[in-house]
Amino acid sequence: MRWHTVSGMTDRSGVSLLLARYGTALALVVLLAFNFAVTPNFATWQTLNVNLTQVSTIVIVAVGMTLVIATGGIDLSVGSLMAISGALAPMIFLGNLVGIGGIPVAVAVAMFVAVAATTLLGAFNGWLIARYRIQPIVATLVLYIAGRGIAQVMTNGNLQVFKLPEFQWIGLSRPFGIPAQVIVMLFIVTLAAWMLARTNFGRQLLAIGGNERAARLSGIATGRIKIAVYAISGALAGLAGLVVIAINSASDANLVGMGMELDAIAAVAVGGTLLSGGRATIIGTLLGALVIQLVRYTLLANGVPDAAALVCKAAIIIGAVWLQERGRTA
Amino acid sequence: MRRKTNWGQMLASYGVVLALAALILFGSLRYENFLGSFNILSVLRYNSMFALISLGMCFVIMTGGIDLSVGSVAALGSVVAAYASPYGLLPGLAAGVAAGMLAGTLNGLIITRLKIMPFITTLAMMLAASGTALLLARNQSVAVSYATAFTELGQGNLLGLPVPALIGAFAYLVGSVVLNLTSSGRAVLAIGGSEDASRMMGLPVERITFLVYLASGGLAGLAGVILAAQFGAGQPIEGVGWELFAIAAVVVGGTLLTGGAGSVVTTLAGVLLLGVVFNILNFENGKGWISLSAYWQSVIRGLFLLAVVLLQAHLTHRVAGGPTVADTTDSLQP
Amino acid sequence: MSSPVLSMQSINKTFGGIAALTDASLQVEPGEIHALIGQNGAGKSTLIKVLTGYHQRTSGEVTFEGRAFEAASPRAAQEAGISTIYQEINLVPQRSVAENICLGREMRRFGLLDWPGMRAEARRLLARFKLSIDVDQPLSQLSTATQQMVAIARAVGFSARLVIMDEPTSSLDDREAQVLFTVIRGLKAEGISVLFVSHKLDELYQVCDRVTIMRDGRTVQVSRIDETDKLTLVSTMLGRDVARTEGRTTGFGAPSRAPGEIVLRANGLSDGRHVRRVDLEMAEGEIVGLTGLLGSGRSETARLIFGDTQTLSGTMSVAARPYHPSQPADAIRAGMGFCTEDRKIEGIVPDMSVADNMMLALRPTLGRSGIVDEARYRQIVTHFIAALGIKCTGPSQKIRELSGGNQQKVLLARWLAMSPRLLILDEPTRGIDVGAKDEIQRLIRSLANDGLAVLMISSELEEVVEGADRVFVLREGLSVADLPRDGLTEAAVLSAMAHGVGHD
Repeated sequence: MRWHTVSGMTDRSGVSLLLARYGTALALVVLLAFNFAVTPNFATWQTLNVNLTQVSTIVIVAVGMTLVIATGGIDLSVGSLMAISGALAPMIFLGNLVGIGGIPVAVAVAMFVAVAATTLLGAFNGWLIARYRIQPIVATLVLYIAGRGIAQVMTNGNLQVFKLPEFQWIGLSRPFGIPAQVIVMLFIVTLAAWMLARTNFGRQLLAIGGNERAARLSGIATGRIKIAVYAISGALAGLAGLVVIAINSASDANLVGMGMELDAIAAVAVGGTLLSGGRATIIGTLLGALVIQLVRYTLLANGVPDAAALVCKAAIIIGAVWLQERGRTA
Repeated sequence: MRRKTNWGQMLASYGVVLALAALILFGSLRYENFLGSFNILSVLRYNSMFALISLGMCFVIMTGGIDLSVGSVAALGSVVAAYASPYGLLPGLAAGVAAGMLAGTLNGLIITRLKIMPFITTLAMMLAASGTALLLARNQSVAVSYATAFTELGQGNLLGLPVPALIGAFAYLVGSVVLNLTSSGRAVLAIGGSEDASRMMGLPVERITFLVYLASGGLAGLAGVILAAQFGAGQPIEGVGWELFAIAAVVVGGTLLTGGAGSVVTTLAGVLLLGVVFNILNFENGKGWISLSAYWQSVIRGLFLLAVVLLQAHLTHRVAGGPTVADTTDSLQP
Repeated sequence: MSSPVLSMQSINKTFGGIAALTDASLQVEPGEIHALIGQNGAGKSTLIKVLTGYHQRTSGEVTFEGRAFEAASPRAAQEAGISTIYQEINLVPQRSVAENICLGREMRRFGLLDWPGMRAEARRLLARFKLSIDVDQPLSQLSTATQQMVAIARAVGFSARLVIMDEPTSSLDDREAQVLFTVIRGLKAEGISVLFVSHKLDELYQVCDRVTIMRDGRTVQVSRIDETDKLTLVSTMLGRDVARTEGRTTGFGAPSRAPGEIVLRANGLSDGRHVRRVDLEMAEGEIVGLTGLLGSGRSETARLIFGDTQTLSGTMSVAARPYHPSQPADAIRAGMGFCTEDRKIEGIVPDMSVADNMMLALRPTLGRSGIVDEARYRQIVTHFIAALGIKCTGPSQKIRELSGGNQQKVLLARWLAMSPRLLILDEPTRGIDVGAKDEIQRLIRSLANDGLAVLMISSELEEVVEGADRVFVLREGLSVADLPRDGLTEAAVLSAMAHGVGHD
């Protein structure tokens, strides 16, 4: 029997509802306040840039992950796709693959091909899921395992080193003093948040996550939308891969994007997106990633080792999801 | 009514055993020393760690859950075991397993008490265990003591067989008995099939779920002990991606990720299949005809997983269109 | 009279301050088949869940077999001798029959499971119901009725003294239900009590001894069933006098127009399984009833028409043009809408707002280049909320917070917003309280009066007989009768359902 309580909410469940909804933002504010008070040199442009720079690739990938999770799925392959795009692009612009005249043209082709490749691989994930109804966790596990192998095979596991401003602007340049990847990140977050709230595609993908049968019976092309969502996730992973290698001036297929799928999922979970699908918040994901990043920074800046930050991160994930669950069932 | 043999189902369940046999046949025909005792024993020795975590994963998946923490829990176990190794074989073993069980206990408690999805819970535990391992080991490998018999757990032989393989075989024997011949084992499958129904049937859903994660943690800890003993050091950064290898092995072994059905024996076949792929790759390179880098192994493993998953999808769709209410009402004779 | 096997007195249960049970009581005698009835929300399920330890009561007394009884969990209740067979069968589909019967009280030999013993036990228990099936096959391969027998065998195997059956016949056809009743009488003969919850009143007279009626969380009447007539049962259950003027019990009025052009024509539809040969014809402004017993292929026919499943053979035309849907989107383009029988599973998107749910089908047609046209959107939503009288706090309220009737109206609005020419309604008033039911029925008629063709599937006879302008009756996947409005009686429909007319 179900009881519909609209107004009969008691005070305590009201608090947990508030916590569930605004807990992430609140945590961010508390962390900021703490740092302003305690951490030396916190209130500087430098600190802001360091944190934003470090968080931007996670956020870019986590935006795609949010969309995937909103449809009730998951994408474990993002880290491997980053490795593929990170391996592919230098092979092209360093001329290892094909000789292309002119650096700018080569860079443009390289970036396009790299992102196009991961977009297609993402679509392949979506196709497995939509066409064969394979569980997302298994379907994307295929490319998680094979994807990094593909990147390693392509480069034979070798490090590709380069120094190429025409390409590395995406990770190193600072228009208006803001790191380029932060601008890219903010652009993607804004675009995705707008899309989720204001476009048919956004509402439809939420409907699929909320009730796939109902969505299909309402004439929504569930398969096509799923394929598109995984393709977007692949594209964003590819882009993030480019940012990472640009920052490092090198591409190592063994390392690019390693563990990224879990960082992205953690950001989504802490941000308040429902992991079973049907409810998603892009801004929440951004906040979630910022909270995780800031906790790590806070601990490091105050002399706590990185390893301890991992344990903290674990506690935050559990705490955040627990609060949301309570808010939902309250 | 006689039950018709469902060949599709049989293929899904035991196809992996056939594939393994085919692969071994291929290897033995093509490579001279493939069936040599040295090769067989080293394959078994190396894969025993994966076999142990896959066994735990198999049970977890049969309840409809997942345990992403096994890799870093194994790393934690290896560090703890390395620290305890100067006190002897048994203390080292016990310490590593206990560390794993502690992680498993936390997983189990969070999943059953706080009702947080296994995926998230064990993802967090993956980070926490890894962080703890790094903290304990101060970001370095921890050398094990060679003064005690501890390293025998990884490097020793008993009756001509590698000790880790014997441990693995014993664990699978116990796992198989538990699954098929105890009520807890059947409860594992029932919970994975339908948690609500199991609860209504009065099965101790929470306790079984808890025990499954406890076992998975313990087995991961045991894998960590073998890791430390085999390579002579506790390795805090080892174990990355092991969880997904284990999931792949379980899936290749025909256990459904939705829970409710599965087999311990075919999981072992899944582990060995993925291991033999790597082994054959090495031999192929040794022949010098083609030079495939070791990186191909993950590509090939991925392709195996894809093939299995597509086959399963194909079969479940066929099954979904199989016998229905209308077709079987004739079995109801008033 | 011997002392009752079960006695529940003054049971109160509140959820978050809201009373679900108020001073409810229930008494079951040994070897008695006791009916428990009430509308949705009357408190039957809560009472049962309190008894079986799924919920803990707020206050009250329970004695079972003469002793004070307090089940901490379903397991404890089962061990004490109370077994429940729930609506959605509570067995594990992937596991074998033997396992399902023996789970929770497995036999052991030398500490390990005794499989041969358990198989023999399962066969022995099933044989008591004259059922001989392969106990090694997975439960999912059996029919619903057989699965139910397995559930009962399981209960008996647990030496249950009281078996609770929650709408056991809801997914059984008539023949299967008769088998079930035989089994229930067999339980009675062995001195086992049965608590029988059902909405089908005829069944109660067939098997039950006494009836307890609940309303609004209270027990309002207990009586012998053979001393209570159907009208009393219904009026007590509803808490008002149902004998309305003109003898109508539904909200459909008479049609105000004659049927127009033919909208849909279907010939010899078949999906190869549940639908074997179905012919249909519907005109604009007409409510066409599609009925038959459960399993006759009613809903499956609707799914074929809507393109949710594919036809194996047969032809369809919409407005005289050939029509071959391969997915629901095709049907929607042809001007159709479909409210399925299960709102929760196939209708609502629970976490979305009323507005989003309402706009789900229409959205793609609004706005340019896939961008939502907010203003137009709000206008349509407010229009339908007012027009259909949907009770909600506003367009942004989550649909899961609405009552069943209001959810149904939102789903109706989802299709009405598309201005369809044909609407398929599968059990449009199931699980909806009486007032809202009336309202929805009136709405359906007024839509038809405006020219909409409505295909209404219903298992409620009076809904079909009073509401439809033309009725097609299906039997075992075949069209067996096409009854015009004139002379449409319950007897005619029943006879067609049971025996078929014309064909066969």
